[in-house]
Amino acid sequence: MFAPLGVPAELAPGPGARAAIWRGAEVAWALLLGSPAAMVGALLLVIHLGLAVFGPALAPYHFAQFNILHTLETPSRDFLGGTDQFGRDQLSRVMWGARSTLLLATASTLLGVGLGVVVGMVGAFYRGFVDELLMRIMDALMALPALLLAMLLLTTVGANPVYVALGIGVVFMPRSARVVRGIALSLAAAEFIDAARARGERGLYIIFAEMLPNAWAPIIVELTIRFAYAILLATSLGFLGLGAQPPAPDWGLMINEALPFLAQAPWLAILPAAAISSSVVGANLLGDALSDLLALRRRGETL
Amino acid sequence: MTRAPGGEPVLAVRDLRVTYRTGAGPVRAVKGVSLVLPPGRVLGLVGESGSGKSTVALAVMAALESEAEVTGEVRFRGENLIGKPERELRRLWGRRLAMVFQDPTSTLNPVLTVGDQLVEVLVEHEGRGPAEARARMLELFAAVQLPNPAEIARRYPHQLSGGQQQRVSIATALACKPALLVLDEPTTGLDVTTEARILDLVDSLRQRTAAGILYITHNLGVIARLADEVAVMYAGEIAEQGPVGAVFARPRHPYTVALLDCLPRIDRPPATRLLPAIEGTLPDPRAEVCACQFAPRCALAQERCRGEHPGWFETAPGQGARCFYWERVPPPGTVRAPALAKPRGRASTRPVPLLEVVDLVHHYRQAGGLTAMLGRAPIVRAVDRVSLGVVPAETLAVVGESGSGKTTIARCVTGVLQPTAGEIKVDGRPVPRRPAARPRKLRRRLQIVFQNPDLTLNPRRTILEAVARPLRLFGLVDRRTRRSAAARLLEAVGLEPRYLDLFPAQLSGGQRQRVAIARAFACRPDLVVCDEPTSALDVSVQATVLNLLASLQAREHTSYLFISHDLSVVRHIANRVVVLYLGRICEAGPTEEVFAPPWHPYTEVLLSAVPSLSATSVTGTIRLEGPAPNPAVLPSGCPFHPRCPRKLGPICEREMPPLVTTDRGHAIACHIPRADLLRLQTAAPVPVS
Repeated sequence: MFAPLGVPAELAPGPGARAAIWRGAEVAWALLLGSPAAMVGALLLVIHLGLAVFGPALAPYHFAQFNILHTLETPSRDFLGGTDQFGRDQLSRVMWGARSTLLLATASTLLGVGLGVVVGMVGAFYRGFVDELLMRIMDALMALPALLLAMLLLTTVGANPVYVALGIGVVFMPRSARVVRGIALSLAAAEFIDAARARGERGLYIIFAEMLPNAWAPIIVELTIRFAYAILLATSLGFLGLGAQPPAPDWGLMINEALPFLAQAPWLAILPAAAISSSVVGANLLGDALSDLLALRRRGETL
Repeated sequence: MTRAPGGEPVLAVRDLRVTYRTGAGPVRAVKGVSLVLPPGRVLGLVGESGSGKSTVALAVMAALESEAEVTGEVRFRGENLIGKPERELRRLWGRRLAMVFQDPTSTLNPVLTVGDQLVEVLVEHEGRGPAEARARMLELFAAVQLPNPAEIARRYPHQLSGGQQQRVSIATALACKPALLVLDEPTTGLDVTTEARILDLVDSLRQRTAAGILYITHNLGVIARLADEVAVMYAGEIAEQGPVGAVFARPRHPYTVALLDCLPRIDRPPATRLLPAIEGTLPDPRAEVCACQFAPRCALAQERCRGEHPGWFETAPGQGARCFYWERVPPPGTVRAPALAKPRGRASTRPVPLLEVVDLVHHYRQAGGLTAMLGRAPIVRAVDRVSLGVVPAETLAVVGESGSGKTTIARCVTGVLQPTAGEIKVDGRPVPRRPAARPRKLRRRLQIVFQNPDLTLNPRRTILEAVARPLRLFGLVDRRTRRSAAARLLEAVGLEPRYLDLFPAQLSGGQRQRVAIARAFACRPDLVVCDEPTSALDVSVQATVLNLLASLQAREHTSYLFISHDLSVVRHIANRVVVLYLGRICEAGPTEEVFAPPWHPYTEVLLSAVPSLSATSVTGTIRLEGPAPNPAVLPSGCPFHPRCPRKLGPICEREMPPLVTTDRGHAIACHIPRADLLRLQTAAPVPVS
């Protein structure tokens, strides 16, 4: 049909599309193995994930099981984590608590980052008044310290895990929206977006089908980092009595309950604190490794 | 100081080989390059991307990264730089060896004024006192022809134009009177009028200094304008080398001939719309060299070329080529371009223009957000009352430099931008401004091809998804037929169906541009807006893309609104041309009328600025003086008057000249009467300012 043009002897065929994705996964895995920090982070998160799923099954006691004869005991063979003033095994309580804490953190992170993605993408795509309005609202929300804003919301609607997740989500939304908007602004200027506009594609199609797939990597990094903050915020709220209510095995609440006995029974505070910090450190280490990976990709060195 | 050619060479490179160690095996970037550069001479190193020319530049500066394995010799005044410890090299860098890079924004420090940066270099390298260094800095700024050096010295890099930034970089390179100056594509990315003045500067420098200049570029016209000697690189080797005049007049390597032939010419009308393109692609740089590297793409290749690596043949005194059959190489211009395929059916001869742009205005505010809403930001008049029309099956080119508003027009036509005022009509009927409000049929008829092959396709979508999306959107295929339809489209742009499942990153720039063209042609459009479709491509790839556009037009009777800054490409492809300056039309008409005198003074400057292989019809050199135009502060009267070499007088500052059209459709907006312009431009070509 276009004989005079000639078909150039093109480069050797690259691997197929699926193969390319697999290769990407392989490289990511190799980098994970190559970075001890990422390995430690992933390991910590896997342990916590295991606790969240199997914790209640593996725990020696129910979180609310009283042992009146063994109150405030040091860790022993029967009570590996020691006992509190009611004789409840602290290790069992920490194991039971993993599920609710991590579930809460996951839900609020997904909610917050999800809202942030929508706000950031919509603002960056439509620009002008919409962008201006959304971003000023985000600024107003961000002007309040995170914990204070969450407390404000929870004291008005009442303490309840669902409200805690909503509250943390609202606190995270403006921060994620900022990050996503930055990425989306450069994407929205790309020519393939202009091409889509010129084809007459709907705005939502462009945002979610053309722009979003190109922003996944930084959004995943944002998720892991926000996840760490969500654990901190959720347990802080629990500590302040705004989250789960006794006798729930909430890590933050457990530290609060351990306060009066800090001198006699420090293990009561140490165990849940260790659980909190190890999960936060795990998420942060993994997040850092992922963002390094992303920076490498931007320099075109891998993938 | 006078030129002192001859004498001991500043630079002698012998059998330089550079191999990069990568995860995918060794990449041989440079495969045995030898060069000699005497003092006071300019050696042009020309090649396409991937030819290894920039690697040679870095090797000459001994500035390659540690992943690179370098063998051979790079002798700078007899001293071998390869394997020298960095401590000793640092003594040479910036002092005896200096380099200017393509992008001045990344070489200048954004937080220091340009004057302070240069003073620092002088204090550091030459041990001068601050006052003395300042004086020398001003002297250097004057030497690179920066207007008002004392004023410029106080500015930060972002406050300078691209051309001024590049002058500062050159001044910095010259600071310590280097013996060797390496210029790596110093004018790529600059407007032609700015480029012309930088080239003038380099030309005057070599007259004044005894430095040897290694000038690296992809632009053959620049080499012809500037260099004494040229080395043509192909796939990490020098294909041909010799005096510029001799090599361009009678090249002895088939690659040089092909490269010269595939360039669209600015100095003569095209014989045909097709260019003799170089088929095929560069060889894999990972492969061992055991044959002529150009053989797979060479029309003259024999059995011997495919089995044996050719040595260096002396074809004339001082000229050589890496070709067994150099005596059989035909002179340039003898390869016949393929003929266009016969059009399918007849073009409609409707008198109604397909596309009309009537008094288009696009103004926007320079700042965004609240500042703009409060009305505080300055208004930029990107496009000011531009009217043009495109008839079926023709190519209308819109030419201008950056800031001329040419891309804004394209974006308004496609609906990506909304005009401030004016109308866009298709078939005589006004069309809604927003693409979403346009009827589906209209969107189908109007398509776009962009400049940047890296961003024109969504990196997360396969080629199949990219090409099939418009088909699906306009309801032309269903799920079952879309694959075969997409394969047919790829075939039409010369790509095999196996590309369907690849991602854009797995394709070369030229291939991506072909996919973009396939996507635009998917729905058999009537008009395709081409926004600089070839300006990011190598010349040989550009030729294939231009050929593709011409063939598709011949077959489909498609009209093109072709946006470009490249006058050679425009002369090659366009039926009619519109020349824009600061958002206003200064000249318009049939291509051959626009390229022949009389010209609007701005067109004249543009034509004279293009570095060409031969003397253009514009004799002499007319350069654009004055500051770069700022669309936020439009001059009164004729927008071109502050820089016009043929300014008449106060009338130019007061009144906007009307666009006067001849009966042959050639229009010029100038206060100088047409007959006077013709007389001035054919008789006394160089106005002395």
